[in-house]
Amino acid sequence: MSVIDSPQDIAREVETPPGLLRRLVRQRQAKIGIALTGVVVLLAVLGPLLLPWATGYTSTQFAGRPFQADGLFGTDNLGRDVLSRFLDGGLRLLIYAALATLLGMVLGGLTGMVAAYQGGWVDSIIMRANDVMLALPQLVFALLAITVLGPQGWVLVVVIGITHAPRIARVTRSATVEVITEDFIRAAEMYAVPKWKILVKDVLPNITGPLMVELGLRMTYSIGAVASLSFLGLGMQPPTADWGLMINENRIALVVQPWGVILPVLAIAVLTVGTNLITDSLARASANVNVGATK
Amino acid sequence: MSTSISENTTTATPVLSADGLRVATTAGEEILHGVSFELQPGKILALVGESGSGKTTAGLACLGHFRQGLEHTGGEIHLAGSGQDGSILDLPESERRKLRGGAISYVPQDPALSLNPAMRIGEQIMEVLRVHRYGDSDAERRGRAAEVLAEVGLENDRAYLGRYPHQLSGGQQQRVGIAMAFACRPAVMVLDEPTTGLDVTTQALVLQTIDQLAERHSVAGLYITHDLAVVAKVADDVVVMLSGDVVEHGPTAQVLYRPQHHYTRKLLNAVPDLAGKRRVGSVAAITGEQAAVPQDGSASHAAQITTADRHPAAPTPAPAAHRSLLEVSGLRLAYGENQVLDGIDFKLGQGESMMLLGESGSGKTTLSRCIAGLNDDYNGTVCLDGAELAPGTRARSAEQRQQVQYVFQSPFSSLNPRRTICESVEVPLQMSGKMSRKERRLRVREALDQVRLGDSYLDRRPGDLSGGERQRAAIARALVNAPSLLVCDEVTSALDVSVQASIIDLLRSLQTDTGMSMLFVTHNIALARHISQRMAVLQKGRIVDLGSTEDVLENPQHDYTRELLANVPTF
Repeated sequence: MSVIDSPQDIAREVETPPGLLRRLVRQRQAKIGIALTGVVVLLAVLGPLLLPWATGYTSTQFAGRPFQADGLFGTDNLGRDVLSRFLDGGLRLLIYAALATLLGMVLGGLTGMVAAYQGGWVDSIIMRANDVMLALPQLVFALLAITVLGPQGWVLVVVIGITHAPRIARVTRSATVEVITEDFIRAAEMYAVPKWKILVKDVLPNITGPLMVELGLRMTYSIGAVASLSFLGLGMQPPTADWGLMINENRIALVVQPWGVILPVLAIAVLTVGTNLITDSLARASANVNVGATK
Repeated sequence: MSTSISENTTTATPVLSADGLRVATTAGEEILHGVSFELQPGKILALVGESGSGKTTAGLACLGHFRQGLEHTGGEIHLAGSGQDGSILDLPESERRKLRGGAISYVPQDPALSLNPAMRIGEQIMEVLRVHRYGDSDAERRGRAAEVLAEVGLENDRAYLGRYPHQLSGGQQQRVGIAMAFACRPAVMVLDEPTTGLDVTTQALVLQTIDQLAERHSVAGLYITHDLAVVAKVADDVVVMLSGDVVEHGPTAQVLYRPQHHYTRKLLNAVPDLAGKRRVGSVAAITGEQAAVPQDGSASHAAQITTADRHPAAPTPAPAAHRSLLEVSGLRLAYGENQVLDGIDFKLGQGESMMLLGESGSGKTTLSRCIAGLNDDYNGTVCLDGAELAPGTRARSAEQRQQVQYVFQSPFSSLNPRRTICESVEVPLQMSGKMSRKERRLRVREALDQVRLGDSYLDRRPGDLSGGERQRAAIARALVNAPSLLVCDEVTSALDVSVQASIIDLLRSLQTDTGMSMLFVTHNIALARHISQRMAVLQKGRIVDLGSTEDVLENPQHDYTRELLANVPTF
């Protein structure tokens, strides 16, 4: 047989490198991150369901001490059970953070891809508008919006989402610019594939790596932002149970009753460290195909 | 095997010898399975093989270097004159570093990437000398830098030494690379495909330089390449490698003209031949006896009927047999000062294949992209079947888009890595027709069949395919809509010689079977007789030679064509 007619002969099964997720999970750092994040998320999600069992002593006096039969972590300054409020206060934080991140990803991803793909003046306008947004400090922008619109949940989500968008747009744009120089994009244009379809089917699947990294990073920031805005009294409003708010409410009694602060601080710290570890390993996994291949 | 080489060089002692060299990946897969060869002073040994055969790994091992993820598992390399008795692979890394650039040096493939763009070339050569403490003073080293430039055939005055790499041509850059490698008068030079990116004229010059260095200064050269025509020109001995094994070893004349191993024969058969004596693949080369345009009637006529059947709206083709399908006239395109295309006129007949030859920067890719509608800022007209094509594919009608198809240069970039082959190949069908999913899959299967890829490829992704297979899939994407004109832009330049041969063969037979016209853009003049009945030679945005392949090759009209023909390496 000649060389010519036998492509199958030369075809040898190339072992495909493991996917992004598998490369991620192979890293020890990622395992730790997933475990830490998992614990806090589970606590936040299952917390409200555990309330009937966990509710302890409620007193109008500021007398609750920790580690007693009627309330594991005592009560706060208003006599509310710290454990109950802790269990109840996580889910809202997580949901808000996730929604804000999602909004930022959609906004930023879209504008970034459009800017890179269209180029020219569209690119200039989008990216200069981005620069203006970046010039505004996140917190100042949030303060402004919340003082005008009032401290409501959706305002919190939208404000944090919008402040994330320009940073995500930058990352998306630079990732897209790399992909759109490839010939398969030329090919799609040659067949007059609609532009939105090129973005969704040809560009998006090829930039998931950097986008995933950005998602993790922005999630970490969102958690911090929601918690700190609540701490400042601009997020969740009393009497809502919320980790950020709890830190603020209980810090006056830090010496007498530290658990009201320690519990939410621990949870937020563990959560951000966990998501950070995951993001780091994700970045490593998406940058290098061989991550985790050798011990 | 190694005895054949010692027959004629019994007295000389090898300057470098590799003995049973074994290299494996850190994961344990062996890349080299005991490779042995010897380098004699003043002789050049060519290391030949396809990509993935381990030739670069073996070459780098001579420098005591292993790329990341590879490790040395066995065998020895002895370097005479290094002051080391044992194998250099046993030395610690710091000792090996001292050898590199001094006793043994390396010339990388791409000179543009290997020279520091922010450093004057004189300084770059001086740097090598300084690191190796060559000479006693800077003045002495400066003298040596000037001398070595003269040795590689470049100017060596102060102004030239003060140039930056971007002020040199590709060939000059590569010769500066060689000068850097040769600055400390090494005993051995490892050259890793130093002419792959160069056009034939420059390649001839660089090869001559290497030859002279070896001869005059009795340097031993290890020349890594996949191009057997170059081997014939430059090498004294040849080692043929196949997936980590040496399959043939001997003097150049013997290996090239009396090959023993069937793999060597296979490789030799795949080398395109300008004279057209050999055939590449199963289709005979095009020579004078063959008509420039396939006989009317049979193939091209049948194709006309089928296209007319498929698209009843199409204007009925003129009955003339030599009807021209594509007409380009007065095509101009400039980017600022740079006139890329400067008035291109040519016609391409129905069922005809034409080669568009030109070196990098001649505007050949731009021209082909204008025709395919990928570039829309040109002036002039492109007519298909008598109707003018709008610039840009989006401005063209679905049917015009369907009739002109384009195959990209690099199969590694032209297929979306996240889509299966079927998803990629069916895009043109999705965009042009109202076929159902099932019908499309059926049509894709037919197209894959045409390019000789089986059903099993439908749901695989480009990552699982070799370069040749990917290019076949890309061709299938162009064929799936039964075009009347196929524009192939350097489709084989990213591929190995044997894969190139199979793709050329495929394109030839597809053209005869379907009666489509083909525009084959390339820089490789040696392919002329294997692919096209007519050829156009492009230089600086103008067509300088145009005619039937036979006419152009036998009786070139322009100096440029003559120069190209004179410099083609053949054996």
